[in-house]
Amino acid sequence: MQLYRVPIEIVPRPGILDPQGAAVVGALKALGFDSVTDVRIGRFVTVDVNAESAAHATTAVRGMCEKLLANPVIEDFALEDPTVQPNQSS
Amino acid sequence: MKFGIVTFPGSNGDYDACQAAANALGQTAVYLWHKNHDLQGCDVIILPGGFSYGDYLRAGAIARFSPIMNEVIAHARRGAPVLAICNGFQVACEAGLLPGALLRNASLRFISRPINMRVENATSMFTREYFAGQVLRVPVAHGDGRYAADPDVLARLEGDNRVVFRYSAADASVSDADNINGSAHGIAGIVSEGGNVLGMMPHPERAVDPILGTPDGLGVFHSLLAEVAA
Repeated sequence: MQLYRVPIEIVPRPGILDPQGAAVVGALKALGFDSVTDVRIGRFVTVDVNAESAAHATTAVRGMCEKLLANPVIEDFALEDPTVQPNQSS
Repeated sequence: MKFGIVTFPGSNGDYDACQAAANALGQTAVYLWHKNHDLQGCDVIILPGGFSYGDYLRAGAIARFSPIMNEVIAHARRGAPVLAICNGFQVACEAGLLPGALLRNASLRFISRPINMRVENATSMFTREYFAGQVLRVPVAHGDGRYAADPDVLARLEGDNRVVFRYSAADASVSDADNINGSAHGIAGIVSEGGNVLGMMPHPERAVDPILGTPDGLGVFHSLLAEVAA
């Protein structure tokens, strides 16, 4: 077994109004960043899992996202590639 | 008739719900700790307001997996009544007892004040003591009350008359100005496909006596009483 860290990006689905993002667009424009057209605010999660391989780690974390970490009604999620972590002392 | 009020860590509407059932309605009411598996023979389960698990991750997302939710879901699948208020509505959506989800208020503000809502469906087991078109004055207290669902889900809710409460003006008119949190279709409360789970953001249990400013929420409890007695 190897310890992997799997980063997850969770963002509001397209079409879901994101008032936080809209407020930040307004603030950025007020600061003179006129080129901004849209901001979406989500969350970034990292999960550390013990797994036999990077593929197994990804599969496990995908299941966690589907069951708990993201709500498919309102959110999309994307997994980044797992990175090997130093094994914790046992 | 026996009401069971689920207490999650972070619930704060459980006491109000218990008082409404016990004092205003004169029925038996018990608290059900979220880690237990026993509904104690309750006829009606109330998922109360509050901030279960600090609203961590998403409002209701972690409470939805509390041990007692297995029994609450089974209770609902049997067609027995579940009244899901505010945070309870969020929990019920996360648990799949109701479609959709509740997002941050469009204003980004926490809203804590009395509001008006119109009874859209006075035939549900929760609303038979009202009449269709009646305007109720009931308090809200939430930061994440903006109801959202896919367009086909919204169409089905409307088509099946499952939108039971909609934010409105005092004269029963409906406009964006009265849609306090930006909910899709101004939805304040919906029932499940079987009609036995009501999710609503406003607090009927905090509107059961004129001394509280309005008794307009009592009808929800009286409707349930008539339903279970029948």
